[in-house]
Amino acid sequence: MSLLDVRDLSVVFQRRGEQPFTAVDKVSFTVEPGQTVGLVGESGCGKSVTSLAIMGLLPKRGNKVSGEVLFEGTDLLKLRPDDMRDRRGREISMIFQDPLSSLNPVIPIGVQVAEVLERHQGRDRRQALREARDLLDAVGIPDPQRRLSEYPHQISGGMRQRALIAIALACKPRLLIADEPTTALDVTIQAQILTLLKQLVDDTGTALVMITHDLGVVAGLCDTVNVLYGGRVVERARRHELFAHARHPYTHGLLSSVPRLDSPRGERLHAIRGSVSDNIPWAVGCAFAPRCDNVVDACLEGPPPLEPTATGGDLRCNNPVSEEVAVL
Amino acid sequence: MTEQTGPLVELRDIKVHFPIKSGLLFDRTVGYVYAVDGVSLSIRKGETYGLVGESGCGKSTLGRGLLRLVEPTDGEIIFDGTDVRSLKGEAMRQARRRMQMIFQDPLSSLDPRQSVESLLMEGLKAHGLAGEKDETNRRLRETLEAVGLPASALSKYPHEFSGGQRQRIGIARALVLNPELIVADEPVSALDVSIQAQVLNLLEDLQNERGLTYLIIAHDLAVVRHIADTVGVMYLGGLVEEASSDDLYREPMHPYTRALMSAVPVPDPLVEDRRERILLAGDLPSPTNPPSGCRFHTRCPWAQPTRCADERPALRDVVGGHRVACHFAEDIAAGRIRPHEVEVELVRPTEGTGPVDPPGELIPTP
Repeated sequence: MSLLDVRDLSVVFQRRGEQPFTAVDKVSFTVEPGQTVGLVGESGCGKSVTSLAIMGLLPKRGNKVSGEVLFEGTDLLKLRPDDMRDRRGREISMIFQDPLSSLNPVIPIGVQVAEVLERHQGRDRRQALREARDLLDAVGIPDPQRRLSEYPHQISGGMRQRALIAIALACKPRLLIADEPTTALDVTIQAQILTLLKQLVDDTGTALVMITHDLGVVAGLCDTVNVLYGGRVVERARRHELFAHARHPYTHGLLSSVPRLDSPRGERLHAIRGSVSDNIPWAVGCAFAPRCDNVVDACLEGPPPLEPTATGGDLRCNNPVSEEVAVL
Repeated sequence: MTEQTGPLVELRDIKVHFPIKSGLLFDRTVGYVYAVDGVSLSIRKGETYGLVGESGCGKSTLGRGLLRLVEPTDGEIIFDGTDVRSLKGEAMRQARRRMQMIFQDPLSSLDPRQSVESLLMEGLKAHGLAGEKDETNRRLRETLEAVGLPASALSKYPHEFSGGQRQRIGIARALVLNPELIVADEPVSALDVSIQAQVLNLLEDLQNERGLTYLIIAHDLAVVRHIADTVGVMYLGGLVEEASSDDLYREPMHPYTRALMSAVPVPDPLVEDRRERILLAGDLPSPTNPPSGCRFHTRCPWAQPTRCADERPALRDVVGGHRVACHFAEDIAAGRIRPHEVEVELVRPTEGTGPVDPPGELIPTP
């Protein structure tokens, strides 16, 4: 049994007097214990909404979540709020992009870490703080004893993100969801945090869902990568397979449009034309069709299905980039 | 790119220090933020100069200082033979037409209540270039065409465009005045990857057509390497290394550049699995209280007990135009100095701006 099995997860936002908007459209993916899975896509592709839906953190009103989120066989979407709260932070936890806005500014860092241990593991404050100190030490915060009584504004962005990771990993969860954990950080700090995450995940056997727009981050970290476009998974492949032979025109376009540090200079970038606002609804055809170089008639006749590929991945495309061209 | 002649812009020992004020009745200056602390560089005509560095290194302040959007504390800015800092009033205003700026966030740098036409006309009017109606109209249309927007965009407002198109409007606004130098501060960092490529290609095309000179300021090393001819790397208010884009990538010589390069993720698992990371310890020290000597010595894995802590290295030509500010650049390149472990020093975001309360005890020390 998979650790996490997301089946046909859809999130539709509804506002009175407006057309319903499908942010996540029948997304399915699985995470095995100890595995690192990437969800990649640009803004508006539904990657963050997917993670919030899994964690049960979407607002109660104004949206409709359907499908199944099976965590060790239990459907998280059907749990009572109290039961979900017991699991959140203990079995599944999450780290967010901006550590300053996800930490409470008026509570000392030590208390914020200890809180999780008190809530989920019944520790008293004293014992919890002692453990919090060890946790801060484990995530590489210098002089953890002093940090316990300090407030988030007193430490730097990288240190805040470390504190957030300490909170998320305090109860040794089996699944950690990281939503753009390094986007707000500088590259040298990003390298520190990614190395730390990789090491912690290896040491504790925690499975990791990495949500990011940065293909470089995925390349070094994830076992399996799901590429999202317009709320649907358009390509799924093992890490090496995806980067060596991206078959979906969107994935292929993304990979050839990023300037790489090690690519020969002066080469023109292959930009994907248009923007996300050109998308057509999936009900009509492939959402990417208006921007796609490989578009064929079938693309505008209906949504292409997600089909398994010969290399063990999945692909949603009528006219994929051919194997020869796909080698970057 | 285009013909490369003498320097269009020369910065000589530019300093931008911001005072930190404190006190109830009198604004007492209690210290300075040394945002830019002695930078000299020159940009040739038709060249793209890329300035990279992490947040807080002073790269944006340097770009703004060049245009005198913030007044430099000290130093000279020579633009096409004249010292810009000595210009006053009308002369300065006229000089501004020749150097324009593109900002990072197109949504906040475009007035939401102005139509595209009025945004573009504003600069023309200010510089007395809005003459006959037909002529002006033609100029606006040509500019829009150059940045890849339809003429119908003129009557629209910024919110009606996507992020990439808004950045195109920002570029058009700079371009309509026919400038010689464009300072672009993080022109693509607010855009999605697929849109980034469009804007970068556009900037290159415009340079080829019009012979523009660019100063591109960005934190993304890959973007800068792609677009720039010469790259300068900044750390804590100073330039630590400067070389042609290819040289810098082939052989980064300053320890900071090496670490920076090794930290940039490459979208290729084969590269990622093989490469060695130089992980820097800790954070960027506070620019209010920069370390003595070499600014980087507190985090440098190659730091030596002599010189590094007490003598600030000058930017010197090491090999063929490759300038490095490191006492031991040659020794590091030749492998005579090995990297060592660095103790993490805690950096406080509030350092130097006021007294820091001693932390209370939450639990007794064991």
